[in-house]
Amino acid sequence: MRCLWISLLFVLGVVCGGCASDDDAGTDTPILRFVFVTHGQASDPFWSVVQRGALDAAQHTGTRVLYQAPESFDLVTMSQLIDAALASQPDGLVVSIPDADALEAALMSAREAGVPIVSINSGGEHSQRLGSLLHVGQSEYEAGYQGGLRLSAMGATNALCINQEVGNLALDERCRGFTDALESQGSSVEMLAVELGDPTESTQRILAALRSDPSIDALMTLGPTGALPCLRALEEIDNPGINFATFDTSPEILNAIESGAILFAIDQQQYMQGYLPVVLLALYHRNENLLAHESLQTGPGFIIRSNVGRLKELTARGTR
Amino acid sequence: MVSRDERLRKIHPIRRLLSRPEVGALGGALVIWLSFALVAGDQGFLSLRGTATYLEVAAELGILASVVALLMIAGEFDLSVGSMIGASGMLLVVLSVHLGWNIWLAAVAVVIFAGLAGLFNGVLVVRTGLPSFIVTLATLFAFRGATIALTRLITGRTQLGGLQEASGFDSAQALFASELTLGGANWPVSILWWILITAVATWVLLKTRFGNWIFGTGGDAKSASSVGVPVRCVKVTLFIMTALAAALVGMIQAVTFSGADVLRGELREFYAIIVVVIGGTLLTGGYGSAIGAAIGALIFGMVRQGIVFAGVDADWFQVFLGVMLLIAVLVNHWIRRKALQE
Repeated sequence: MRCLWISLLFVLGVVCGGCASDDDAGTDTPILRFVFVTHGQASDPFWSVVQRGALDAAQHTGTRVLYQAPESFDLVTMSQLIDAALASQPDGLVVSIPDADALEAALMSAREAGVPIVSINSGGEHSQRLGSLLHVGQSEYEAGYQGGLRLSAMGATNALCINQEVGNLALDERCRGFTDALESQGSSVEMLAVELGDPTESTQRILAALRSDPSIDALMTLGPTGALPCLRALEEIDNPGINFATFDTSPEILNAIESGAILFAIDQQQYMQGYLPVVLLALYHRNENLLAHESLQTGPGFIIRSNVGRLKELTARGTR
Repeated sequence: MVSRDERLRKIHPIRRLLSRPEVGALGGALVIWLSFALVAGDQGFLSLRGTATYLEVAAELGILASVVALLMIAGEFDLSVGSMIGASGMLLVVLSVHLGWNIWLAAVAVVIFAGLAGLFNGVLVVRTGLPSFIVTLATLFAFRGATIALTRLITGRTQLGGLQEASGFDSAQALFASELTLGGANWPVSILWWILITAVATWVLLKTRFGNWIFGTGGDAKSASSVGVPVRCVKVTLFIMTALAAALVGMIQAVTFSGADVLRGELREFYAIIVVVIGGTLLTGGYGSAIGAAIGALIFGMVRQGIVFAGVDADWFQVFLGVMLLIAVLVNHWIRRKALQE
C-alpha cells in the first residue's frame, strides 16, 4: 500500500514539477506564451533541433514556449492537442501542417479565438488559406527536385527513394520531386517504405531491395531515421558504385559526409523553423510588426564535404 | 445455532460498493481531475473549452473501450481494432471520394466489411484455439499492411481528403461529426455516441442473459459450456462487436476530418486495453465493467489533454500512461482482495 502512495506522489510530482516555472507569471507585463504543436516527436533528431530553436528564441525574447507532439505520426491526436492548446489561450500557435484537410477545423477555431498562427515545416501551400500569418519552411517538392538533379549529375540512373513515414504528404512530395527530376533525365525511381521506429528492420528491408536489384546505383533517404539504417545497409553490401544522398541532417549524417559515405545532405535548416516563429510572434505582439512575405524559405541548402567541418561543431551544440 | 444459506449472507453496503470493479477507476479519475484543477485550473483546464477537448479524446477511445471491455470480460483480446480504425476510415473515403459512391452506401459497405473482419477474427480464435492475443496481433498487422498497400495501389497516395464533396456528406456529418456550441465550447456528437454505447454495453452486461453468458465465458469457459452457455457464439459475437466499434470510430474520424490517412488508429489497440484495465476489468476475464472502461477513457483524455494545460512537454505523456496503468492494476488488485476476504 505504501508503494502505491509513493507512485501516486510521483505522478503528482511530475505534474507539479512540469509547471513549477509557471508561478513567476505575476509581473507587470504578462509573459507571452506560445505553443508549438507539430507532427514530429522531440525524440526525432530533426525535431529536437526545431525544439532547441524554439526554446533558444524563447530565452532570447523573454517569452515562454511549450512544445507538443503526438507520440507517433497521428493527425487525430495532433488536432486534439491543438484544441487543448487553444483552450489554454496562448498568445500564439505554431503548427506544422502535414495534412491540411485534417487540421483545417482546428486551425479555423484558432482564427475564431483570435490566436495568431505561424505554420512551419510542412503545409506551406495551404498556409494562407488556413489563416496562418506566415509559413517558415522549405518547399518539399522543389527540394526533392533539386536533390534529384544533383544526384543525377553525379551519374544516377536507377534510384530508390526510401520513405520512413508513409502517409506524410511532405515526404511524398520530396519523393515526387526527386522522381520527376530523375525521370526528366531519363532515369528510373522506385519507392521503398521503411519503419520509422525500427532501424534494424529498416536496414534489412533496404538490404533486401539492394540485393534483389543490383542495377540500383543511387539512394535517397528522406530523413535521419531513414538515412542511418541505409548507412548500415551500405556498409554491409560494400558496393562503392552506389551514390547515396539524404534529406536533413544529424551528427551521424555529417560524419558520413565527411568520410564520403554520403555525397550530400539537403538541409532545411530547421533550427530557424523553431527560432523564427517565436521572434515573429513576439514582434507581432510587442511591436505590431508583420513580414510582407507569405513564406520564409529556410531551404534547400546543400551540405557537402567542403562545408561539413564547421557544421559539425554546430551540430554538436544541437543547433544544426 | 441455525446455519443460514451463505447466498443469503448480508454484505455491508460499503463493502458491496467497494467490490464493484469501477470504484478504483472512479477514485483515480477524481484524483487526476483534482491534480490538474489545482495545477492548471487557471490555464484553461477547468474552462468549458478545456473540458470539451478532453471529453472528445475520451469519447473516441471510450466508444472502443466499452466494447473491448465486454470482449475482455469474456476472456479474449482484440488487438486488430487499431488497424480496423484505419481500414474503415480509408474504405469509406476511397468508396465515396475515389469511386463516387453515396456516403451512406459506403458506410453500409464499411459496416459489412468490419462485421466480416470481426467474424474472421472470432472464427479463427474459436476454431484454432490459439490465443486471441496472437491471432489479432497477426490481423493487426495484416489489416494495416493491406490498408497501406491497397490504398497506394488504387489511389497512388496514402492520404485522401475531399470527403466533404461526397453525396450525402451533410447528413453523415450530422450523425458522426456534428458539434453543439454551448458556453463558447464545441461539444462533438461523439460524446453522445460514447455515452450511448457505454449505456448499452452496461445494460447488456448486467441486465441480459447474454451478459451472464459473457461473465460465464470469461470466468470458466468449460463450466459455462457444460451448463449450456454457447461459449463460441458469445466470443464470435463480441469480436464482431469490437470490429464494428472500431469501424464507428474510423467513420467518425473520417467525417470529422473530411478525409483519412492509412495510419489512423495507430496504438489505439493498446490504449483501449489500458483504459479497460484502468477501469477495473481483469486481464484474465470473468470480471469487469463497461462503465469502468468509460471512466478509464475519461482518465486517458484528462491526462492526454491536461499535460498541455499544465505546460508539461508531451514527452511525459507516455510516462504518465505507464505509471497510471501500474497504479490502476495495483489498486484493483488490492480492492478486490480486500472485498473478497472472508
